[in-house]
Amino acid sequence: MAAMTRDETQALIQEVLEVYPEKAKKDRAKHLTVNDQSVEQSKKCITSNRKSQPGVMTIRGCAYAGSKGVVWGPIKDMVHISHGPVGCGQYSRAGRRNYYVGMTGVNTFGTMNFTSDFQEKDIVFGGDKKLDKLVDEIDTLFPLAKGVTVQSECPIGLIGDDIESVSKKKTKELSKPVIAVRCEGFRGVSQSLGHHIANDSIRDHVLHNRDTDSAFESTPYDVAIIGDYNIGGDAWSSRILLEDMGLRVVAQWSGDGTLSEMELTPKVKLNLIHCYRSMNYVSRHMEEKYGIPWMEYNLFGPTKIAESLRAIAERFDDKIKEGAERVIAKYQAEYDAVIAKYRPRLEGKKVMLYVGGLRPRHIIGAYEDLGMEVVGTGYEFAHNDDYDRTIKEMGNATLLYDDVTGYEFEEFVKRVKPDLIGSGIKEKYIFQKMGVPFRQMHSWDYSGPYHGYDGFAIFARDMDMTINNPCWKRMQAPWQKPAADDASAPVAASA
Amino acid sequence: MAMRQCAIYGKGGIGKSTTTQNLVSGLAELGKKVMIVGCDPKADSTRLILHAKAQDTIMHLAADAGSVEDLELEDVMQVGYAGVKCVESGGPEPGVGCAGRGVITAINFLEEEGAYDDELDFVFYDVLGDVVCGGFAMPIRENKAQEIYIVVSGEMMAMYAANNISKGIVKYASSGGVRLAGLICNSRNTDREDELIIELASKLGTQMIHFVPRDNAVQRAEIRRMTVIEYDPESKQADEYRALAKKIVDNDKFVVPTPVSMDELEDLLMEFGILEEEDESIVGKTAAEEAVA
Repeated sequence: MAAMTRDETQALIQEVLEVYPEKAKKDRAKHLTVNDQSVEQSKKCITSNRKSQPGVMTIRGCAYAGSKGVVWGPIKDMVHISHGPVGCGQYSRAGRRNYYVGMTGVNTFGTMNFTSDFQEKDIVFGGDKKLDKLVDEIDTLFPLAKGVTVQSECPIGLIGDDIESVSKKKTKELSKPVIAVRCEGFRGVSQSLGHHIANDSIRDHVLHNRDTDSAFESTPYDVAIIGDYNIGGDAWSSRILLEDMGLRVVAQWSGDGTLSEMELTPKVKLNLIHCYRSMNYVSRHMEEKYGIPWMEYNLFGPTKIAESLRAIAERFDDKIKEGAERVIAKYQAEYDAVIAKYRPRLEGKKVMLYVGGLRPRHIIGAYEDLGMEVVGTGYEFAHNDDYDRTIKEMGNATLLYDDVTGYEFEEFVKRVKPDLIGSGIKEKYIFQKMGVPFRQMHSWDYSGPYHGYDGFAIFARDMDMTINNPCWKRMQAPWQKPAADDASAPVAASA
Repeated sequence: MAMRQCAIYGKGGIGKSTTTQNLVSGLAELGKKVMIVGCDPKADSTRLILHAKAQDTIMHLAADAGSVEDLELEDVMQVGYAGVKCVESGGPEPGVGCAGRGVITAINFLEEEGAYDDELDFVFYDVLGDVVCGGFAMPIRENKAQEIYIVVSGEMMAMYAANNISKGIVKYASSGGVRLAGLICNSRNTDREDELIIELASKLGTQMIHFVPRDNAVQRAEIRRMTVIEYDPESKQADEYRALAKKIVDNDKFVVPTPVSMDELEDLLMEFGILEEEDESIVGKTAAEEAVA
């Protein structure tokens, strides 16, 4: 199918909206738009970061997910308590594939679930005493833990527990940070507020810890990687490129991160932000308080990698600039070979994305390097500054959808007929059953890394093995098959 | 006769617990089988019946045992004067936890454990002064109290509270069978108090079921952790509580209340000289401004 025109895309949006009641239609219409690269500010064409409509299937998470699951959880040498009933911590345990180095249960705790396991009596009488005891037990059982965070689940806010005063007391008693994080799930419209709350707690309890300590020897080439969660090892395949070009990566947040790295971050020369949405707050704070500039970068696919490495090098001297060129040249043969191998198999394939913080725009370049086109994209919990950054990356007349509902997404897919969808676990099986190749783009579908040159090779392989998997030609039962074997379209007729 | 479940509400400090226990003694004297369920973390709803300081509460026992599932009915229920059964929901100290959830948990426990047996004629819920959250409305939700008595006096705040509680009853009356059954005037010896409460009752669409006069006998009995009927059965005040008990047994006037607006209530209070006419010209004026004017 040829690319859709502007009018066709607009008509599709109208058609999809048609089934909604008047009020829902009015609201959802603001979240769906046809991309127009000439628009300077996304607020003119799309609304975001608003409460989801009741009754639709939203894919969003909660503030606890944003704080415990995203920002704090990967800090590996601290214990993060899911404070409240057991479910929130247990059902989200180790699901995000933030890789780390260490001995789990000894000096790192990333995949473990620590919970206060609230019972009726804790709700009625309050859980502060239990929390106090729990922190002591953690200190006894896991003496190498560098600190503790208290990640509030909903009931903590409802019953008014004073976790701040417990945390303050335990910080003093144990001489290690115990940090209360007010990320109750009912706060805000999505996980986005949880990122912000977590950022604020890092600002209030971590960043200033070494302000008066000059023992750290800095170099002019010190940088920090912020907002890389090391999904499947992403931060590692990014870090080696920066180090190769002559920079010193002092800290890496929060994938494979440590408390000490966070404390040292105010001493770096430049903050490099991969996930802008979840970590821009703390980066802005460091700019204001410590005068550390920050910049966004993108290490998906060789085009964006080269662009980003050069832009980063611009902030430094010739040594680093030469370093960037050397790194790009060093890997050229490798990524040229990847493109030579996979591009012919993927050329012209259409992709629809619907993911979280940065991927709906960051991955576009990697697909384009393989000759593919992203024809629709959207975010679960973006704000308008994310869409500002997206408009230029997407082609004209492509679809933009914010907090897309299950129904809208399915209808768009039926009509746009992409060759691949990249989204989350909740969408995966629906689209696979509709006969559409699918990649889980939150956890890289148990693969990865996808960042950096090493990641690009894996990315290209994964997209190829998904799209060109022979199973998609077997979507019809043999007795229902038309005479010609290759006639089946990616979207099954019955979908 | 089917079991009747009654809830007693009213402004804090108005005398709900004292009135409830005294009238329950009256019912017991009439041969009725009664259970009192205290729904207040203070747990002072059964002390006059049990001659005790404060009964061990469901929530405290549950916390000691591990969880509420570890308790048996006999652990939490005590039998006092004239066979009156007593339980207290219990809850946290002021300022921590969730007392409302304690009430919900306790009442669910009583139901599951079969505390509401067929032998009972009456269950009385003695509820914390203000219905601050859903937990304290638990006794008037579905399948619980059908009759509500509001303890009130001729004081302004007590009447405000009675009107607000009526608003709450309207909400639950529309979805269930709960009805306002009357105002119990626990006298504070204010002027024309009986007339005022009768007038308020008629505005709310209900009745003043009884006027309980002020009498030191109540305090004398309370010091001994006893009800008046037990301490001094011959006294005049004992007869007042017997009269109240009789009226409740015979009561069949159950209504969906018609709460009044703030203005109407203030008019009523002004009519009885409890509230001065408001002078709009002084609103928001500081002392200095007034001196200039």
